Amino acid sequence: MNIIIPIKQVPETSDVKMDKETGTMIREGVVSIINPLDLYAIEAGLLLKEQHGGSVTVCTMGPPAAAKALKEAIAMGCDEAVLFTDKRFAGADTWATSYTLAAAIKQVGAFDLIITGERATDGDTGQVGPGIAAWLNLPLATYVSRIESLNAGRIVVERLVEEGYQALDLPLPALLTVVKAVSSPRLPTLRGKKKARAYNLRTLAAVDLPVEDAKIGLKGSPTKVVKIDYPKVTRGGVMVKAVGEEGLNNAVDSLLDFLKDKKLV
Amino acid sequence: MSYVWTLAEQSHGRLRDVSFELLSRGRILADKLDTKLCSLLLSSGLADETLRELIHRGADEVYMVDDPRLDKFVVETHSNVLADLVRRYKPHTILAAATSTGRTLMPHVAIKVTAGLTADCTELDIEEGTRLLLQTRPAIGGNIMATIKSPHHWPQMATVRPKSSRPLALDTTRVGNITRIAMQDVHHDARVKVLGLRPYEEGLAGIEEADVVVAGGKGMKKADNFSMLRDLAKQLGGVIGGTRDAVDRGWLSYPHQIGLSGKTISPKLYMCAGVSGSIQHLAGIKTSEYIVAINQDPDANIFQVADFGIVGNLFEVVPLINAKLEAYKKEDK
Repeated sequence: MNIIIPIKQVPETSDVKMDKETGTMIREGVVSIINPLDLYAIEAGLLLKEQHGGSVTVCTMGPPAAAKALKEAIAMGCDEAVLFTDKRFAGADTWATSYTLAAAIKQVGAFDLIITGERATDGDTGQVGPGIAAWLNLPLATYVSRIESLNAGRIVVERLVEEGYQALDLPLPALLTVVKAVSSPRLPTLRGKKKARAYNLRTLAAVDLPVEDAKIGLKGSPTKVVKIDYPKVTRGGVMVKAVGEEGLNNAVDSLLDFLKDKKLV
Repeated sequence: MSYVWTLAEQSHGRLRDVSFELLSRGRILADKLDTKLCSLLLSSGLADETLRELIHRGADEVYMVDDPRLDKFVVETHSNVLADLVRRYKPHTILAAATSTGRTLMPHVAIKVTAGLTADCTELDIEEGTRLLLQTRPAIGGNIMATIKSPHHWPQMATVRPKSSRPLALDTTRVGNITRIAMQDVHHDARVKVLGLRPYEEGLAGIEEADVVVAGGKGMKKADNFSMLRDLAKQLGGVIGGTRDAVDRGWLSYPHQIGLSGKTISPKLYMCAGVSGSIQHLAGIKTSEYIVAINQDPDANIFQVADFGIVGNLFEVVPLINAKLEAYKKEDK
């Protein structure tokens, strides 16, 4: 059971503060971490490996600094890590990213399963997982919340859809994108951290991959960002204090007036 | 033909609301482009009377690829069919809802037809002169709004956040053709099998598509206390949601979770109690039309994004809201 887990390094958002004056995010001094939603994919992969044997290879396309994210995954228990890094990969949108990752994954070696997080918390698109599946013509299950069984070359999963949990039966090799409910990520162990420090990860550049230059990076990306706005997210709404019996009563009355005024009741 | 296409969705033989929301977006774009708006459905068994609502809500034409093998969504087959239609009919634009279906199908098709795709847009427009689709979407947890275009690739493709637009009013005087297209056998991919659907517990289905969402956070203190929020949701015709804290403590199941590692929602009204308003949670609720917050701490982050805030003890405030809403509804009758 060889599992490949493409991950992404993203800016840490939990310590982000809002600027009260401008109502926008303060971005200075924000550190990079493994996309939190990828941790569920890593854990799902490690659990499958524990049950069925094999190996877990984590990989990412990114700048050399993304090696840190890969090493963290090694510390969690992943066996191998591969970094796809090249200036020519930079500025890729989801089309060019999934093209590059699909080509790179084929280069990394034979696999039975690819698991990705549902989406990255910075770009928030969720398009790269399905994109890789399309490039590699792999059976795809998105929004997987439970891995039910794996045997005789097939995997049964449940995925979250609008009406409930849909059960799918896929032949391997396949690609899953997973949501938080699929697993509870473990923390890196001391032994894992030691292993990660000593680990020499494999690096592949554009010349090492069967990719066409016109399809990678910014140049290979159909979409272009034309404008970025920093919207004011603060709303400056009405605030009332519900103190004492009368205050409570008045507060709730004014809320009802608000709801009636906005035709919400 | 260079039309604007919107992808309709159905569930148990009924068209889902997102089908109509997309048509109100598509109508504006088609009018600006001076072209036709077509609603496309890949499914089976829907009668003309049902499909006609798509015309009444803004479509000029309806195309339905009608085959029992399209009844349940399996991305491989749906993608083969849609990519083939794109190659044959060359639409200008395709819009799908940013639902589990749209967000799975569209990236798959975009690869096959070599098109750019923008996820979860909240604003769409046509650029004058170039006639390109301008696609605006929140990113980095809703802290930035990015406007994106695909200058050299067709069709223009975007998924659109559910509830970010309202359906057009029903106009039964509108007429248009409903065309049924047969699916080609070669497009059927039988590798993946759908084993079944386990429905959610009542009152949860479609938290992303609800008009009203009532949510609780850490301040709710225990699972039992959510009953008062369930009452409130019932009064307002809404569904229950919660923060990551509420889900991690086991007070609610994961499909209820709102925020960065859960659902992103855009209801008419988002009302929450005992929610402090972490960056991650706010990312999931920022595009709500109205936000109402009840919290004990006047400095809680949630009040920064609230349209109406009550600083107070939620265990006093929420039951009183329920009582007053009930009384108001009685006198209204």
